[in-house]
Amino acid sequence: MTDVVMPQMGESIVEGTLTKWLKKPGEHVERDEPLFEISTDKVDTEIPSPAAGTLSEVLVEEGKTVGINTIVARIEDGGNGAGARAKPAQQAAPPAQQRPAPPQQAPPAQEAIQPPPVAAPLEEAVPATGPLSPLVRKMVRENNIDLGQITGTGSGGRITKQDIEGYLAQRAAPVRPTGGKIRDERSAASVTEPPVAKAPAPVVAPLPPAGQAKTRIEPMSTMRLKIAEHMVMSKRTSAHVTTIHKVDMTKVAKLRERHKAAFQAQYGFSLTFLPFVTRAAVVALRQFPIVNASIEGNNIIYHNEINIGIAVALENGLIVPVIRNADEKNVLGLQRSIADLAARARARQLKPEEVQGGTFSITNFGSFGSVIATPVINQPQVAILGAGMVEKTPVVIDDAIAIRSISYVSLTFDHRLIDGALADKFVAKAKQVLEDWSEDVL
Amino acid sequence: MRSCQLRELGRIDYGKAFELQQQLAAERKQGLIGDQLLLLEHPHVVTLGRNGHREHLLASEEILSRAGVSFYPTDRGGDITYHGPGQLVGYPILDLREWKRDVVGYVRAIEQVIIDMLGEYGIAAGRIPKLTGVWVEERKVAAIGVHISRWVTSHGFALNVNTDLSYFQYIVPCGLTKPVTSMAQLGCVADLSDVSRSLAQHFGRVFDCEMLLETPVLAGPGE
Repeated sequence: MTDVVMPQMGESIVEGTLTKWLKKPGEHVERDEPLFEISTDKVDTEIPSPAAGTLSEVLVEEGKTVGINTIVARIEDGGNGAGARAKPAQQAAPPAQQRPAPPQQAPPAQEAIQPPPVAAPLEEAVPATGPLSPLVRKMVRENNIDLGQITGTGSGGRITKQDIEGYLAQRAAPVRPTGGKIRDERSAASVTEPPVAKAPAPVVAPLPPAGQAKTRIEPMSTMRLKIAEHMVMSKRTSAHVTTIHKVDMTKVAKLRERHKAAFQAQYGFSLTFLPFVTRAAVVALRQFPIVNASIEGNNIIYHNEINIGIAVALENGLIVPVIRNADEKNVLGLQRSIADLAARARARQLKPEEVQGGTFSITNFGSFGSVIATPVINQPQVAILGAGMVEKTPVVIDDAIAIRSISYVSLTFDHRLIDGALADKFVAKAKQVLEDWSEDVL
Repeated sequence: MRSCQLRELGRIDYGKAFELQQQLAAERKQGLIGDQLLLLEHPHVVTLGRNGHREHLLASEEILSRAGVSFYPTDRGGDITYHGPGQLVGYPILDLREWKRDVVGYVRAIEQVIIDMLGEYGIAAGRIPKLTGVWVEERKVAAIGVHISRWVTSHGFALNVNTDLSYFQYIVPCGLTKPVTSMAQLGCVADLSDVSRSLAQHFGRVFDCEMLLETPVLAGPGE
């Protein structure tokens, strides 16, 4: 017989209102199966049964408030320890328990991998199994096992690791409506039968019959919906214009080539073109603060911080984490931030504040092989810079043909605020920084 | 430091969000996932707590459906309530064993998150003894209703940001006759997504966990 008490659900809590019995007197309950509900202060809590057995007595009716540790019910365990368990099930048992549970009696809350129903008298909350090894105790705890379900095969009916493993394999198997029979064979079965596949077959959308459906309908993910909304909103908000400049990246490419290996060795991440482009944009933003602004009503908001969003492609979308105070960082610092933000964006471990507060954005479509693209402005910003692939290209210099590393750099700007001449001056400044690169890298 | 995944779901049907909560709570109980905070908005819906009183629904279900409001009985604590556009709804799925085994302490902490957040917006909110929720003077700005199973929480809170309060006419909110209010009615013009971010930050502070962004929110330039 196990007493069920009103649990203490918090240090300041001295009583609880029993709002609902989830089992009726006479009904069978598994250990840890929700037995009743209590309510305290707008919180409803399901209380699991402390033992398996039959709910024999309900002492507190629904709606009553009682102090903690008050006995609210009693559960009839249905057996008398190890000795009784070893004997046949016909031992004197209350009538309610002699009726074997029909196989489908499992309440809906329980998982389908529930062990097969067994005649009640065999189920005990605290079987006298002798001492359990720490390993077995751990397995019992981790797998939420009711010891009453297991027949020990160790010395003196002690439950061993093998018994638990056998039980778990059994529990994972589909429910077979054979009542107590399985149980008797369990320990043998666990040795002789190959382990049953534990996971149910993966759920795969059924293929449509050949020659039928021409379309497949799939709801958009939250991220997709947000991207869609944001892109259309941006196109509706800003007067998008894109200007494209050809930038000679030869000097930067050589610098990068020279330092690539040492950079990777020293810092553990690779040196790309992106921090150079970002640095050039920062210099240009300092000179043309209106490109680092936004529009609010009829006002121009100039941002004193230069916070640069870097577009990161994800498997099914994209995100723009922000490098804060990008003007305070050199190429190394920018590359470090970019590597860190991109890695965490892909691992979905960005913090909310890391995608907020951008004042200008950069997208590196060149890394996917694009030469020229016209990006969409990341609202409420007023411009976005895109860098095309850096490619060795024949160019004419002083009437001679030379091979140079060329990249097309796009600036999409909001013509509401920025005119073409200023946009081109801005890009020309960034171009000049890249072509006449003078800062140290290592 | 513990971490908590923030999932911003945008506007999502009550039933769908309920299914998601149940699934996440089940996974949380099995230890397959860590703590979660769902922040979202529902289309017009009236929900009734497990111990709620149907008589607190003041309109017939036909009138509700004509007004475009759906009706759901649920398993959370609390009585009847309304959710709709302009209301920030939060469903924390937490294993309280990793925080404090204290269900009332949990509700007080949720209140604290909202009180702190409102303070940042210049609204002096507080508690009224025995009336769970967040109040500004005698008006309720946020409602709370929680379900706990094996120390794992579900359901949560609803904060009126710029909710159309006229929809509350269909119910006696939480069985109380005190009026409801919203941040907008209190003179605070705020964007739901900004409030959501601010709330997440305060949540992280009060529950002493690091908030991780699960579903990225801001999309950016096209590629």
